[in-house]
Amino acid sequence: MSTQIVKTQITKTQITKTPVTKNEMEISFDAISRNESFARVAVAAFVAHLNPTLEELADVKTAVSEAVTNSIIHGYENFYGYGRHGERPVTECPIHPGKVRLKCVLEGDVLHIEVEDKGKGIADLEQAMEPLFTTRPELDRSGMGFAFMEAFMDDLEVESVPGQGTIVRMMKKMGSTAWIDCEE
Amino acid sequence: MEDFQIIDNCLMVRLPEEVDHHLAAYICENADRFILQQNVAHVIFDFEDTRFMDSSGIGIIMGRYRKIACFGGRVYAIHVDRQIQRMFTLAGLNKIVEVLA
Repeated sequence: MSTQIVKTQITKTQITKTPVTKNEMEISFDAISRNESFARVAVAAFVAHLNPTLEELADVKTAVSEAVTNSIIHGYENFYGYGRHGERPVTECPIHPGKVRLKCVLEGDVLHIEVEDKGKGIADLEQAMEPLFTTRPELDRSGMGFAFMEAFMDDLEVESVPGQGTIVRMMKKMGSTAWIDCEE
Repeated sequence: MEDFQIIDNCLMVRLPEEVDHHLAAYICENADRFILQQNVAHVIFDFEDTRFMDSSGIGIIMGRYRKIACFGGRVYAIHVDRQIQRMFTLAGLNKIVEVLA
């Protein structure tokens, strides 16, 4: 009896001593505007156990939202979400089929995010990354998507083949509480 | 509608909890309708309920500014939290939007 107790104690300490260094998740969802909030909340929940600050969480959520929204609007050209109200009813706005793949890898406290779509791709990547440049000014897009991703994450990498799709890779170290100071 | 209110010659837009592309068209269309029909001079965006915003929110504000700026209108923002203020700064929106504390 007593030896058994000792054994369980050993395994317990072993479990607490070896931290989980790698964690991975992958989801794929329809390219519709409703899933933008789903994607960013999913990522926020994925990193929640790291006890990120509210700012870090907001940064990650914004970056994911930008990447996913870009895939939906520009990749698959689903301009109007189901959220659209007004003169044109929802049924008049065709939904192009397509999936957005979101992959998150957590290595220690470093978060890697990959957002991939099989949409139409980006013809001029350099121009697309320019702040305030947008191909859809008529939709009230600000052209700040990539600029925000760059500002809110530590690293940004974009790979795109016109006609085949786009992959956005982002990296952020969580728990560093680094705050980008902006001039007022 | 409660989200859009006309006070004197100002349009007050109460933004939702999450300002993203999903709701952007709804906000833009309704705001534009009020601007066209009600002789709105200035637009005030109220961020009191807003807990999340991405670049779609910047687009909403820039688009409304473009519509009323040529008639001398101004855009104001109230109840702006730190994260939203940071996005305003990154987008250079502080030049066109007056943030009221």
